[in-house]
Formats: sequence, C-alpha cells, structure tokens
Amino acid sequence: MSIPTYSGLEPLRIFAGSNFVNIGERTNVTGSAAFRKLIKEGKYDEAVSVARQQVENGAQVIDVNMDEGLIDGVAAMRKLLNLIAAEPDIARVPVMVDSSKFSVIEAGLKCLQGKGIANSISLKEGEKEFLRQARVVKRLGAAAVVMCFDEQGQADNFERRIAIAERAYRLLIEQAHFAPHDIIIDPNILTVATGMSEHDHYAVDFIRAVSWIKKHLPGALTSGGVSNVSFSFRGNEPVREAIHTAFLYHAIKAGLDMGIVNAGQIGVYDDIPKDLLEHVEDVLLARRTDATERMVVFAERYKGAPSAEVVAQRAAWREGSVEERLKHALVHGITEYIDADTEEARAGLQDPVKVIEGPLMAGMTVVGDLFGAGKMFLPQVVKSARVMKKAVAYLEPFLLEKKKLLPVAQQSTGAKKILMATVKGDVHDIGKNIVGVILACNGWEVIDMGVMVQCEKILAAAKENNVDIIGLSGLITPSLDEMVHVAKEMEREKFTVPLLIGGATTSRVHTAVRIAQHYSQPVVHVIDASRSVPVVSSLLSDTDRGAFAAKLKDEYAHVRAQYEGHERTKEYVPISEARAKRFAIDFTSEPPVKPKRTGVFPYRDIPLEQLVPYIDWTPFFQAWELAGRYPKILTDPVVGKEATQLYEDAQRMLKQLVAEKWLQAHGVAAIWPANAVADDMEVYADGKRSSTIGRFHGMRAQSKKAQGVAYNCLSDFLAPKETGVVDHLGGFAVTTGHGIDAHVKRFEAAHDDYSAIMLKALADRLAEAFAEKLHEVVRQDLWGYETPTTFTNEQLIKEEYQGIRPAPGYPACPDHTEKPELFRLLDAERHTGIQLTESLAMHPAAAVSGWYFAHPKSKYFGVGRIAKDQVEDLSRRKGITIAQVERWLSSNLGYETGSDK
Amino acid sequence: MNTLEKLASERILVLDGAMGTMIQRLGLTEEDFHPQGMEQHDILLKGNNELLSISRPEAIKRIHEQYLEAGADIIETNTFSATSIAQGEHKCEHLVREMNLASARLAKEACAAFTAKDPSKPRFVAGALGPTNKTASLSPDVNDPGFRAVHFDDLVTAYAEQVEALLDGGVDLLLVETIFDTLNAKAAFYAIEEVFDKRGRRVPLMCSVTITDASGRTLSGQTIDAFMISMGHVELFSIGLNCALGAAQMRPYLQVLSENATCLTSVYPNAGLPNQFGEYDETPEMTAKLVGEFMRDGLVNIVGGCCGTTPDHIAALAKEAVKHAPRKLSVVA
Repeated sequence: MSIPTYSGLEPLRIFAGSNFVNIGERTNVTGSAAFRKLIKEGKYDEAVSVARQQVENGAQVIDVNMDEGLIDGVAAMRKLLNLIAAEPDIARVPVMVDSSKFSVIEAGLKCLQGKGIANSISLKEGEKEFLRQARVVKRLGAAAVVMCFDEQGQADNFERRIAIAERAYRLLIEQAHFAPHDIIIDPNILTVATGMSEHDHYAVDFIRAVSWIKKHLPGALTSGGVSNVSFSFRGNEPVREAIHTAFLYHAIKAGLDMGIVNAGQIGVYDDIPKDLLEHVEDVLLARRTDATERMVVFAERYKGAPSAEVVAQRAAWREGSVEERLKHALVHGITEYIDADTEEARAGLQDPVKVIEGPLMAGMTVVGDLFGAGKMFLPQVVKSARVMKKAVAYLEPFLLEKKKLLPVAQQSTGAKKILMATVKGDVHDIGKNIVGVILACNGWEVIDMGVMVQCEKILAAAKENNVDIIGLSGLITPSLDEMVHVAKEMEREKFTVPLLIGGATTSRVHTAVRIAQHYSQPVVHVIDASRSVPVVSSLLSDTDRGAFAAKLKDEYAHVRAQYEGHERTKEYVPISEARAKRFAIDFTSEPPVKPKRTGVFPYRDIPLEQLVPYIDWTPFFQAWELAGRYPKILTDPVVGKEATQLYEDAQRMLKQLVAEKWLQAHGVAAIWPANAVADDMEVYADGKRSSTIGRFHGMRAQSKKAQGVAYNCLSDFLAPKETGVVDHLGGFAVTTGHGIDAHVKRFEAAHDDYSAIMLKALADRLAEAFAEKLHEVVRQDLWGYETPTTFTNEQLIKEEYQGIRPAPGYPACPDHTEKPELFRLLDAERHTGIQLTESLAMHPAAAVSGWYFAHPKSKYFGVGRIAKDQVEDLSRRKGITIAQVERWLSSNLGYETGSDK
Repeated sequence: MNTLEKLASERILVLDGAMGTMIQRLGLTEEDFHPQGMEQHDILLKGNNELLSISRPEAIKRIHEQYLEAGADIIETNTFSATSIAQGEHKCEHLVREMNLASARLAKEACAAFTAKDPSKPRFVAGALGPTNKTASLSPDVNDPGFRAVHFDDLVTAYAEQVEALLDGGVDLLLVETIFDTLNAKAAFYAIEEVFDKRGRRVPLMCSVTITDASGRTLSGQTIDAFMISMGHVELFSIGLNCALGAAQMRPYLQVLSENATCLTSVYPNAGLPNQFGEYDETPEMTAKLVGEFMRDGLVNIVGGCCGTTPDHIAALAKEAVKHAPRKLSVVA
C-alpha cells in the first residue's frame, strides 16, 4: 500500500490521477461562525448535522477544528468525534483533526478508529518538538499535515516555503520513519490583494511551492486552506468564488492533492467571465503591480452596485448626493472631503443643527448598526468618530453665530450625558477613551474627566452637569478599591444614576461581590466597548431600565451565590505549611548565577528605533478589541482585513514618532547582592552582606494544592541567607511616556481620537519592548549569564530565555506596595522621571517596572488568594496595619473582611 | 526471529486451536479457578480461564502440549482476557501481571520441550491480547451515543501492563486478536510500541480482525480494507482473520486481505457457525478441507483454529498445510 490512503469506516485512496480531494471546512469553529455558535451553545446534535451535510455534499474528508478561546478544545474535539463515530453515514469518511494545539490533535486522534490526518505539525518550536509530535501522530496511526513554519515563523515567500518543506520532509522520513505519502505539506495559502505589496506574491509562491514539492519530495502530498486566499473580498461572494476557482485551477495543475474548501464556493473555471478572470488571475499570478487596485475597483460591480457601468472608479462615491457622501465618509472613516461636504450640506439646509441631526446622525446610525452587527470593528468606528468630530468642529462657528452658546452636543441633540473618569491614583485611559468614542458615536454626550480623578471631583461634576450615567475606569488593582469608595460615596450622597465599571482588572464577579452592594442603583460591569452601547441604551431607556435593572440584580445575586459557594469550597493551608512546602531549589547543586557587574545602571534617551524590533504586537490588537495573535490576526477570516488596516496605520505612526522623536525612553536597571529570609528578600550593600539596604516582602501561594505541588513565592528563587550562598536580585524601571502629552493634546485638538488612542497604545508597546530589550541587556551583559544570541521576537514573547522579570502588583506578587521600595533602591524617579501615584500606578502610563530573577529554575506563577494568617504575617513584616494590607490586597483575600460583611 | 521469518517463507505455519473449548472439556469446578490464598472471593470465578494458569498450571500446560503434539508451530498464551479492564468484572485486576507471566512461562516451557525433542521443527509462543470487554468506538448506551465506557488512554495503560508481563515471561511474538473495534486494537499497538521503546527490543507482531457477520464489517463498522488502512502504521509480521465466522464465510474477506497485505496473512476460523445449542460441530476434516482451499489458492501463510477447534482440527490442518506452498508476498515498490 504505497499509495496515500486514509480511512473512516471506509477507505479513501488517492491514486495517481485521482481527482483533487475536497476536505470539508464547515466543522471548523475558526472558519464558520455558525458552527462556532453551535459548539459554544453546546448544540452538538446540530453540529453533527453540519458534519453530515458536508459528507452529503461530497466532502471526502472532514476537517474538525475547535480552536476558540472560550471552548475547551480537547473536550469539544472528543465530544464531536465520539458523536460522529456513532453516525455511519458521517463516520465513513476520514477525519482531519485540525488544531494549533497539539494536545487537541492528540486527543482527537485517540477517538478515531480510522486513519485520520493530523492538521498540523510544524518546525515552529524546533526540530525536537516537531519530531516528538510526528512520532505521536505516527503511533496513533495518522498522516500529518506539515505547515511551512519554522523557528523563524511562517514561510511567506517561495524560497522559505520550499526550504522548510524539504527540511520537514527529510526529518520525517529519516528520523520519524514516516512513509512519504503520510506527509502532507501545506505551504501556506495566504491572503492576496491586501493592499500591501509584499503580499502580492502569496498565491503565485504557493503554487510554485506546490509544483516544487511534487517534483523534489517524492511521494509527499500537498494541501492548503483555500478560503484564506480571498479574505480581502469578504462579503463579495461572486468574486471570492471566482478567486477560489481560478486559484484551485492553477494549484491543481501544479499538483495540489487536497484542500480545505467550502464546496459551495467553488465554481467552474471556464464559466468565470473573461474580464473577471483576467482581473483575478492578474492578482493571483501577480501579473501586474496595480493588480490589487484594479481588482478592488472591478470587484465593486459584483457587490450588487446599481449598474456595472457606473462603478468604474474607486472614487465613484464622490458622485453621490451630499447626504450619501457624508454617509460614505462616516462609514469609511474618510476625512479628506469632510469640510467641503459639510459646508455643502450646511449651505443646502441653511442650518448647522439640521446638518448634525440629519445626514451626520444618519451616517453614525449606520455605523452603530454595522458595529452592533459585527460588520465593523472598533478601529473603524473610532475613525468614523473622527470624521464626525471634524464635521461638528467645522460647524461650530456657525452654531455660535446662531448665538447659541451652549456646548455643541447639548444644543444639537439635547443628548443624555455620560460622565467618565479614570479613578484617583490610576493613569490608564485607553479603554476608557475608546468607550467614550463609541458612546459619543451613538449620540450620547460624553464628559470625559481624564485620569487620576478624585472621587469628590467626579461627584461634583456629575451634579453640576446633571449627568445620566457615571462610568469609572481603572487598570491596576488598587483602583478597584477606589471604585468601591466612589460607589459608597454615591450612596451616601443619594445619587440615583447608574454606575458603569470598566477596565482591565475589573470583572463581573468583583462588581457583583464588592461594588454593587454599596450602591442601591444599577452598577454594571462593562466588559468592552462594544458591550457599552446596549448597556447604556437600556439604562437610559425609560421603558427598558426597570427590566434591565431587575435582570441585573438577579444575575449579580447568582454571581455572588456562585462565588461564595466556590470560595467556601476553597481551602487554604496555614502559611507555615505553605512555607514548608515551598518551591525548593538546591542552591549547592544548582548554584545561583554570579553577575558580571553589580550596582545601578541608568539608561537615558534610548533611541526608539532600538526598541521597535522588540514589540509584541498581539496586545496592541487586544487594546483595539481585535482578538487574535499577531501575525496570524492579519489574515484572520473575521478581523484580518481590519487588523491589517490598523497595523498599517500603526506602522505609519510608529515610523513618524521614531523619526521625529515624539517620545523619550528612560530606564534604569540594577543588580544587588541579595538573599531570601523566609518570604522576604534582603538586599545588601555589598557581597559581604553585612549591611542591609533594602527589603522586599514576597507573597506566597496558599490555596491548597495537590500532593507534591509547591506553594510558590518569589523568594524561593533566591538562595536563603542561612545557606551562606551568595545570590543576587535585579530590579528595573522603564518608560517611553515622556513627551506623549503634547502629541495627544495635538490630536485631540484636531478631533482625532483615533490617532490619540493609537499613540497611547504604541507608547505602551514601546515601554514593554524597552523592558524586553533591557532584560536582554541584563542577561547578556550586566548579569551576563546568557551568551549573546539573537532571540526571535517570537521566542522573546514566549520567554524562551532563562530568568524572569515579575512586577509588583502582578500575579507573582500582587502587592503594589512593594513598588516604593523598588523605586527607592533604583532611584527610579531621578533616573527615569517615573512617579508613583497614591495608588502606586506609574506616571507616565507607558512604564514598566519589576525585579529580575536569574536562577534557571525561576518561573512565573500566580499567588492567587491568601488566608488571614498570611495577611497578619505581612502586616507584621511590613509594619503596616492589617486593615492596610487588606485594603491593598483586597482582590487577593481568600476571606471576607469585617468591613465588607 | 530470523528463523520464524525463514520458516514462513518456506512453508505454511500452523497456529494452535481453541483454548476455551479445551478448558470446557476438562469439567472443572469453581474451586479449580481459585488460586492459592484466594479461596475466598466475592464473586464466582468459574469461567475466568486466565486464572487457571495460576491455579491449575498443569492443566493449561497439558492443553498446550496437545496442540504441539498435533503439529502447531505457534501456540497462544492463555491470556486472552488478562488485562486489568477485562479482569475488572472478576475483581482480579491485581492478578493481571501474575496471569500473564505464568501463562507465558507455561507456554514457553511446553515449546522448549518440543523444540528440544525435534530442533528441526522449532516452536514459538505468541502472547495473546484480546479486545477486552469494552469498546472505545461505541457507546454502550443507545441514548447517549457520545458516551464511552473506556477511553484510548485506559486501554493503553491496561495493554502496556499485559505486554510487559508477557515479554517478561519470554513470549516470541505478540498477537492482537479478535479485533472487533479497531480503536481498541490501535490502543494495543500503541501500548506495544511504547513498551518496545522502553525495553529497546521488539518481537514480531501479529494482528487478527473479526468480521462479525455477512455485512463484511467489524463490530465497530469498518470494512476490511478500511481496517487494513487503520493498521498501516504498525510494522506487522502478519494480518488476518479469526473468530465469529467459519472458514466458509471468511473467504471474501481473506481475499481482500491477501490482495492488499504487504505482510503475511493468517486465518483461524471457528469450527463453523454454532448450532442452536451454541456448539460447534464442524469436523476436523471439514475445517481442513475449507482452509485447505485457501492454502491451495495461495491466500494464506498461517492457519489455525478459533472457537470449537481442537487438537484434532489442528492435526488435520497441519496435515493439509504440508501439501501447499505459502502465499507469496507481492513485492511492493
């Protein structure tokens, strides 16, 4: 049996001259929103029906993928495969178990009596892991799809594709003893016509790679996910179908054996209209440099445009009526003609108010609807808001002329008002600003008080402006406590408006358990900007508010009951026991790494271009509420196009801010002689350890663990003093936030929230990049235990190096009050200009600080909740009251404090 | 193992016949099934045949000797149900290792004696791995088709324990037989490969599937060729058919096997289909005639018997086997 064979209940053989094998793609949560919904809702019966339809429609293999953040991939994969196994009309075909997680692939293959296909394995994590996975796949009796990925990342040109394909093929044959026909190479079908010229050759390179593989790697098969290629034309089905059809025509001719396809999206090559085919093939085969532009314009006529003749040019929208043009500009975020169009509308309507209430609001309603329906994404909406603001700004003098001196929004619409603020002690406002923009887009007036706003000021402004809702935001944990304080004060002052809670550390549970109880009006946790609109609508609607509040109350009661039930079952071991079961390192057999240099090392004005390569982009997209990992997010079926647009905008601004030095980067690193004393870490003046110059207080995990699992504390990674072993601790603080304010103000003055938010998001990324870079300097130079190698960005993100840099206030030591001591020892304020607020947030916001631990055994962990005995112990060690400890660590207490009961 | 492969290229090899049928004939009582020190047990043990290797070793050895006398080249250990999963219903999980070790040694001793008597006809022991009493691909509950009474990993653990003991007991081959759910068999071979890796040594592997009825499929629904593809990743000494059917009903499936297999083929049918009393009444001559036709047509390399077959059946088969040449392995590029 030297031909490729797979089996379900029945065999599938691929002979020379066999037709292209169709792999059904609809049982894939990443590719099918409908299927994802079924799985999320646990509707497995219907999910099985989807599988059946695929087989009925001619799929010869079905691809099953359960990769979604909220789905337990292993459990869902097992469940669906077991159910399918009971359906002979589905189980007759082989299954392709598709996941980016090998554990899911392994679990899936263990459910198959037939010979399935693992999709996929790759060299992404190196040869060792690749071969390990390959051997497991073989032992489980499956063939393997190999993605053209290696340690450097995804292959995106012809040379890398074939180099990786050959390397993987050789390894599988020579070392994992694969039969050649059990190797299916996927040379990455990537999206073309994205507007980025480096993507122009994606399709043609894939096709060339297929041809090369079939010629040079005997026996190996080729496959790919076909729908990827046309993502740029999402929503334009006729064009996508033509692209898929033409692409497959060429790829199959080159030798493509199989592909994951939506059979409904494949047509007949000869039936594609000649002019369309020409445009499509220009793009696929990269036959001309303006192919994408021409295709985009040409594709319009297939979108059901009024007539195929009309839409001859991209700028055709300029020929519509002024209302249509304003709408188009708002929906597409185009500011270029906004002043002229607004003026035209004003001249026509003879009333600036009517321009706002008429065409502008109509356009924003469309934006709101599209966003609500998931057809527009956050960055686009923020751009729309920018257009709106510019239009309103243009009208402002005319409004004043009408001698209406009230602020614009009030007088234009008499809109309801929402006051927003980042609470005292906190400086983070990206999320709050985004929510503000979104709410403003929906016609509400937003009064944004900015950051570090005292409770009294919030309440005074709320009264003065007679607001309808108050929204509080915060990112660091002490802000949670401040929110509780605001809620209590609102109750005391007999406020009646609803309170919204948002920000990275807030949660529904915290809101329900800790905040809502203190205020008798609705207190709503808003998970993200898109959620803010329906919540505010309900709260501001006279008809809906009652029902919404009642439902919320029930929901919170349920959350509280669940939380308390959960907490009751949680057990904590005494701190003494936790200490006895600490993470034990034998410092004699694994001695600490001796630093080359000790002391405090300031780094002033680091050139920003040195930081750019260290940027981890994934959190950047998260800030904009686009879910997915970079770089895959750029070709994501749902958000890929928008992510690409956002990324290009970001690159543009990044280039400019680096060139024009908008931001100053200052940092400081230090290495001190140090030892652990129980959970504390003592810092010494010198190696003699006679003079203690500082002391940090670690927190130790206390919730009951399984036998043999350690109760971690950061001090475990330092040699205990009593061992007599000399050890060292590092510290650092970096910022890239100086200079940002002037530029943010400039953007805000130009009504450009999009750029203002973008700049803050980029500054945050640069600060993290600085921390990454400085850590490398410490590892390779100051501490010097790492031989200078260049880690790839991906390796850095995965922290594939030795040593950690945990930060006070984060999981490994959730205590923010360790920060002042760190800053004192680093003299951080002098060296970097970073100041600590009363909540111990760092200002400027684009800043990172933390410790360095160098021991190879050191690792990140979460302390979680702690018991009262540790709180008492911390109070003694830190010399502050128990109440103070409880206030700072309110999110980490494993018990209810007196005041809360 | 060169000898085994060399022998197989020269002639058709003979496997033994039924163990269960021979044990039934002994008319043993409940006490016979209780090993020393286990006189008291919560549940009745009669019918838990694997225990006899511990409690009545001489009886099992005698059965092996009868088959060796009949001319078997390969005999199977008395370990069909000696896994912690199958032994669970008898509450004898703790005896699994001992059963396998004792069974392997008994068979090995019997073979050694016969090989010593006639070194020109060496005898071999195949460690027998049954399917267990649970299926990993099928739900026992019609109302809950997604449920599984046993999972792949459970089977791997159980089989690994059995394989370790069989290899410690000195078996020359391993035989995964009466496969009615391919996923169980995949787990068995997975366990075997893991154990081989650990020990750094392999023995030849045989695999034998059961086609349950005229549908031509396994109990878990696979066709014979789909089954073969599912086994494609295992380096097999032989692949074949046993149980459920008599030789007469097996022919079409053996044909498919023989055409596609790149290793040796085996067949060891029941002595016909059972009569109304559940007994098998195909005579040794009838079995030898039917299986003889397979041999004549060059479909098979290894023959033997399953349920209802006796040393007489094996003697008849052995007599027939010398008349025919073994199936030729097609050279596959």
